[in-house]
Amino acid sequence: MTSPTTAARPTSAAPAKAPKPTRLTRAERRAVTAKNRLTSRTASGLALVIALLWTVPTFGLAVTSFRGSRRQITTTGWWKALWPSNWGDFSLTNYQTALGSQNKLGTYFVNSFVVTLPSVLIPITLALLAAYAFAWIDFRGRNILFIAVFSLQVVPIQVTMIPLLTQYVNWGLNGTYWVLWLSHAMFGLPLAIFLLHNFMREIPRELVEAARVDGAGHVQVFLRVILPLMTPAIASFAIFQFLWVWNDLLVALAFAGNTPEVAPLTARLSDMVGSRGSAWHLLSAGAFISMVVPLAVFLALQRFFVRGLLAGSVKG
Amino acid sequence: MLPTTRKALPLLAVALLITGLSACGDSGTDNTSSKSATGAATDTAAAGDTDTDTDTDTGTDNTDTDTQAATGDDACAAYAQYGDLSGTKVTVYATFIDQEGSEYEASWAQFANCTGAEIAYEGSREFEAQLPVRVEAGAAPDIAILPQPGLLRTMVATGQVKPAPAAVEANVDQYWSASWKDYGTVDGTFYAAPLGASAKSFVWYSPAMFADAGYSIPTTWDELVALTEQIAADGVAKPWCVGIESGTATGWPATDWVEDMVLRFAGGANYDKWVAHEIPFNDPSIVTSLEEMGALIHNEDYVNAGIGNVQSIAAEPWTDAGYPIVDGTCYLHRAASFYQTNWTTLDPELTVGEDGDVWAFPLPGLTADSKPTIGGGDFVAAFSDRPEVQAFQAFLASPEWANAKATATPQGWVTANSGLDASLLQSPMDQLAFSVLADPGVEFRFDGSDLMPSEVGAGSFWTEMTNYFAQDKSPQEVLDAIEASWPK
Repeated sequence: MTSPTTAARPTSAAPAKAPKPTRLTRAERRAVTAKNRLTSRTASGLALVIALLWTVPTFGLAVTSFRGSRRQITTTGWWKALWPSNWGDFSLTNYQTALGSQNKLGTYFVNSFVVTLPSVLIPITLALLAAYAFAWIDFRGRNILFIAVFSLQVVPIQVTMIPLLTQYVNWGLNGTYWVLWLSHAMFGLPLAIFLLHNFMREIPRELVEAARVDGAGHVQVFLRVILPLMTPAIASFAIFQFLWVWNDLLVALAFAGNTPEVAPLTARLSDMVGSRGSAWHLLSAGAFISMVVPLAVFLALQRFFVRGLLAGSVKG
Repeated sequence: MLPTTRKALPLLAVALLITGLSACGDSGTDNTSSKSATGAATDTAAAGDTDTDTDTDTGTDNTDTDTQAATGDDACAAYAQYGDLSGTKVTVYATFIDQEGSEYEASWAQFANCTGAEIAYEGSREFEAQLPVRVEAGAAPDIAILPQPGLLRTMVATGQVKPAPAAVEANVDQYWSASWKDYGTVDGTFYAAPLGASAKSFVWYSPAMFADAGYSIPTTWDELVALTEQIAADGVAKPWCVGIESGTATGWPATDWVEDMVLRFAGGANYDKWVAHEIPFNDPSIVTSLEEMGALIHNEDYVNAGIGNVQSIAAEPWTDAGYPIVDGTCYLHRAASFYQTNWTTLDPELTVGEDGDVWAFPLPGLTADSKPTIGGGDFVAAFSDRPEVQAFQAFLASPEWANAKATATPQGWVTANSGLDASLLQSPMDQLAFSVLADPGVEFRFDGSDLMPSEVGAGSFWTEMTNYFAQDKSPQEVLDAIEASWPK
């Protein structure tokens, strides 16, 4: 309530008095207040509580995946397993069955990698080139084209399925990895271009101009100046795209089908529960097996991720 | 110390978030069990898929073809009629996955072996959503095994389903009853031969608990009601356990209950009219039927053993709803013959049989002689008329295939193909279900919700039955709401 008046007072009083050595603009003062508030102990505590609440379902799934007795799983809640008297029930049976030879998780694991890696690399490569053009090359209709690309994000994947699949069938690509690589690249490109473009715009113009003066062409500017500065943005988009593709089931089922030749891990996982959905003790173990990879990717790239989360979102 | 904690906190929070997200992504599509007719939910998962992948962790599966190849030309005599199909390929798409899927693959391995045709099988839990997409996009499989006639009608409407060839029709005329042929017929053209079948009007119980309490199997509806009252009066456990939760299909087990009641209290003729909407969905005879059902399972005194009150029926997964019988907290659970695989999922040690841990009796009719039963089935639709596809269709409609399937299936499959040698069925429950399906004295009706328009049969009928239990709606309100949703 009182903050607008208190905030306004120093500015209005400023011309009369001598300027203070450090004067903050209103926005900066707010930023400082916000930072102080967010880094207080209560805020941290609250963040921790929220994080813990978010984790409860995952934790329950983890507990379930280690419960040995199927009857206990189906008739009692997972928290019952935490009571010391029930500790004897914990076992690795579910993991053994899930990883067992009949489930062939290994094949699907490999499939998932074969699907995911190109599906991450293709959009990043294309988006970097496109973002550079949008950011640093002047051409007619640049803004309109950029808005068009950006607004493609609102097209839901579901409406594209039948027309896209029809094209794939006509091109004879149906049932191969190509349909997945192309589809994921298409669906990922608008966001990738938008994110990378905004990040690229923030690179000081002087830097690019200096390189120009030194005689660098677009290719050299891109490779020698821009690319090294883009690492955090590339890493954060790579994580987004990796998680999305790795966890995708819809695109995989619709375009590639559920055969062991191309189906990813998610397709196998969803089948593991059985035709009538009664074997979900296996699903819980399978979910954790499949989670290992995104978790590893995240931990490996997290130092970029935290920096890159805000990449391109604010323009100076 | 403190600064590092502060830095670590958001990191930890994000890390936990990511864990949560990946968990959601992975488990997002489970529990959308489709209401197909035959078969099994098994935990011991797939073996012997079409093994052309770069699989390194298994070396022992897919031995069917090898072992059978050794049996030589005699075994192939029965397949000579289909001719030499070497170098051809038939793609098959269906809902059967895992163990169930490999049982199907084993059942036609000999066909592939003798004719030389390659049968490429693909199973998916998302079959019902994916098939229309594929057909629309021009990527239809050669053969799709449809879990209900309603889907056949939708597929025929696309214009891409091929009418059944003469050899298939001859087999169906010979081995199936006329009503089964009707289910595969759309607008006078016969498209799809029935494949598997299921009988749904069974009540599961524990023979040991019945013996301990001195109860006998009811043979008429009044005896069933008397038994229910007796169990409630004895007070050891609640008589009934019911659960209708099934993910996005929640409510369908209750529709089977209603159909059973309509078939009994409104009669077979009215049942047919009700399904065809020749009488309104909320016809007084249907209201009576639903009230009779409510007297048993919408009744705090009789349900819901070991789980909760009447409301708990809506939230209890149907796959688990019978388990209280094993724990001794419930006596009766109405479920289809294919529920037998759920017992072994719960506990592989359980035996299903007349003197086993659990067994089933047919849900009685009003009199001891009437044997009303509802059931379901799946149907073979072809999207191609290439000779090898037609040959495979004819094979699937033959007694040879039915026998091969019975041999390949330990439990949880049955057919209405009268050419089946019943002794080949391996589980007593499958034999019981087959005896019901093959009995001409049985008043058989196809699962009504599978025949109704999908707005009702896979829509309002499910949701309103859920409301019946969850929100305590009256039978009249429930049926009025379903009637209002019937497409004009």
